[in-house]
Amino acid sequence: MNNNASPTNTDERRLTIAEALREAIAQEMERDPRVFLIGEDIGIPGGFGGAFGVYLGLPEKFGHERIIDTPISEKAIAGAAVGAALMGMRPIPDMQYSDFLFECMDELVNQAAKMRYMSGGKLSVPLVMRCPVGTANRGAQHGQCPESYFIHVPGIKVVAPSDAYVAKGIMTAAIRDDDPVLVFEHKLLYGSKGREQAGGLDLTAHVPEGDYVFPIGRGLIKREGHHVTVVATHLTLYRCLAAAAELALEGIEVEVIDPVSLQPFDTDLIFSSVEKTGRLLIAHEDTLTGGWGAELAARVADDCVYSLEAPIKRVAAHDVPLPVAPILEQTVVPSQERITREIRALCAM
Amino acid sequence: MTERINVDDVTTERALDLYREMLRIRRFEDRVYQLFLQGELPGTLHQYQGQEAVAVGACQALNDGDWITSTHRPHGHALAKGVTVRSAMAELYGKATGCCGGKGGSMHLGDPDVGMIPAIAIVAGGVSVVSGMGLAFKMQRNGHVALCFFGDGASNEGAFHEGLNFAAVQKLPIVYVCENNMYGASTPFTATSLVPNVADRVAGYGIPAVIVDGMDVLAIHDAVSEARQRAAAGDGPTLIEAKTYRFAGHSRGDARGYRSRDEEAEWKEKDPLVRLEYSLLNAGRAQESTFAQILDEVNTELEDAVEFSRQSPDPRPEDALTDAYATPIGTGTHS
Repeated sequence: MNNNASPTNTDERRLTIAEALREAIAQEMERDPRVFLIGEDIGIPGGFGGAFGVYLGLPEKFGHERIIDTPISEKAIAGAAVGAALMGMRPIPDMQYSDFLFECMDELVNQAAKMRYMSGGKLSVPLVMRCPVGTANRGAQHGQCPESYFIHVPGIKVVAPSDAYVAKGIMTAAIRDDDPVLVFEHKLLYGSKGREQAGGLDLTAHVPEGDYVFPIGRGLIKREGHHVTVVATHLTLYRCLAAAAELALEGIEVEVIDPVSLQPFDTDLIFSSVEKTGRLLIAHEDTLTGGWGAELAARVADDCVYSLEAPIKRVAAHDVPLPVAPILEQTVVPSQERITREIRALCAM
Repeated sequence: MTERINVDDVTTERALDLYREMLRIRRFEDRVYQLFLQGELPGTLHQYQGQEAVAVGACQALNDGDWITSTHRPHGHALAKGVTVRSAMAELYGKATGCCGGKGGSMHLGDPDVGMIPAIAIVAGGVSVVSGMGLAFKMQRNGHVALCFFGDGASNEGAFHEGLNFAAVQKLPIVYVCENNMYGASTPFTATSLVPNVADRVAGYGIPAVIVDGMDVLAIHDAVSEARQRAAAGDGPTLIEAKTYRFAGHSRGDARGYRSRDEEAEWKEKDPLVRLEYSLLNAGRAQESTFAQILDEVNTELEDAVEFSRQSPDPRPEDALTDAYATPIGTGTHS
C-alpha cells in the first residue's frame, strides 16, 4: 500500500497544475528529442498557448518543429500522433476539450489501442493525449468527463491527476510509457486566475524542480479515516475533502482516496481501505450509468464482499446532458452538499 | 483484344521480376480462395485479383526504410512489400508462425520488419495514421517516405479530408495511392460522387494528383517513383489514382449482382499479368516457356507455404492475453 500524499510544506516551491504540467513536458522535451507537441492553437505566436495556457513559453524554447499547430482536425491530430508513435516518436497530442475526443474515436480506439496487439507485439504506440474535462458553464458539448469511455478500451491507459505534484509526476510517467496514455485534466483545477475564481480553491502544491515519476497505477490516500472510504477525482475529489472536514465535526472519519489512475486502478490501495472501513462511496463528475465508479464498485463488490458493512454508493452527475444555467448545472453535478448527505446516510446504514 | 503496355524502357529481367511479383499475388489469392472454401482458413477474405499491378508497381518504387499502410484488402500489398509467402499464409491460417502471430489475420496483415504496419481495416483509417508516419520521417530527417494504399470508398470518409489537408500543409513525405476499383463494396463510386475521379477532389488540398492506368505495372511504378522523389525532396505529398478492377467480389460471399458480366469481361481484357506477358512476348523479349517456368516456381513457393502453415503450431491459448500493453497493467502496480 502506498500512502505518500504530496508534500505540503509551505516553504517549498509551489506550482499550479498548469505550471506542473508545463514543467514536466518541458523537462521531457529536453531529455528526449522524440517528444513533441501537436494540436490546435498550441504554438501560434500571439495565440492561446494551447488549451488553458499550459504551453505558454514552450514554442520560444523548443521551436515550431516540435510544437506543431494543426488545422481544426481532430482525426488528423490523433492519426498523426498514432503514426508518429508507431515510427518511434513520442507525441503529445492535445484535444483542447475532451468533448472533441469523439471526433477521433477511430484513431484512438481502433488504431492507437490495437496496433500493438494486431502486430503481435512488434509495434507500440507511445502517445500521451491531453484531455481537459469538467463542467464550467459551457453546456453540453464543452464540459463532459469522458474518462470512462476509455477505461473500456483494452490497450489504453487512463489517468486523471488532481494536484500539481501528481500532475508533474504522472505526465512524466505517461511520456515515458510505451503505451497510449490519456491524461484527463480538470479545467477548474489548472489554477490560472480565472479558474481559481471559478473553483475557489488553492490548488498549488509542492513540486520538486527535478524530474520524477508518479507511477501509472498508483493511487493516493488524501485523508485518512476509518468509518468510510471515499474515492473521487478532480474537482469532485476536493468537494469530498471538504465534505470529509465537515463530517469530522460530527465524528465521522472519512478516508479520501485519489485513485489517480482509472485504467489500471490501484485496486490494492482501494481494497485495503475498504477492508478497513467496511464502507465505500465513489464520486465522479461523469454521469452515473457506466461511469468508472460502476467498474470500481463491481471490483470492490467482488473482492471485498465480506468486509462490506453497507451497500456501495455512487455519487455522480445525473444521466442528462450538461445544462448551462448555473442553477441547473449545480443540480446535475455532485455538489459538496450532496456528497456530504450521501456519506452521512451511508455511515448511518 | 489485349492491349499492349510500353515495355521499351524496362530491362527484361526487371519486367520479369515484376511479373513474378504479380503472379505470386494472383496465385496466392487463388490458392487462398480454394483453401477457404475447403474450410481450412478462418474468418473472411477480401481478395486482390485484378489489382496486382498497383501493389507491385507502387512497392517496387519504394526504398528500403520506406513504410506502407494498407486496407481490409491487404494480401497483395503485404506480399509486394516483402512479407514472405510463408508468414502471410500462416497468418491467414491463424498460426503462431504468422507475421502477426495469429493476432492480425487477413484484414490486419503486416510486418514491421519489412516496413508495413498491420493493415487497417477501417476505411480511410490509414489516411489518418500515415500523416504521423510521414511526420516522424520529416522530424527524423531520415529521407524515408510513407505510402498509403486506400480505395475509392475512402475518399468519402472524413479522415480523407483531414489527413490529406494536414499532410499537404505540413509538406509531409507521403505518397497516397488510391486504388479506384469502381466499387465500395457493392456501391458504384459514381453513385457516391458527382466528380468522376478521386483525383478531382484533390485540387482542394493544393497537392498534385495523377491518374494512371492501374492495370499497367510500369505506369504505376513510374508515377509512384516520381511521387516518391517529390516527397523525399521535401515537396510534399502526391495522390496517385490508379484505375483498376477487382476480379473477385468484395468479400468471400459476394455474388457480384451489382455489376454486369460484360463489364467484368471488359476489365479481364486488361488483366495486368496478361498484358505484361503479351507485351513481352510481342516484343520478342521472352518466351512462353519463361512464363511457364515462373508459374512453376511460384506454385512451388505457394505449396511450400501451405504445407508450412499446416505444420505450424497454433498459438498457445494464453498468448491471447499478451500484447495488449507494452507494460502489462494487471490490476494495479501493487499486485
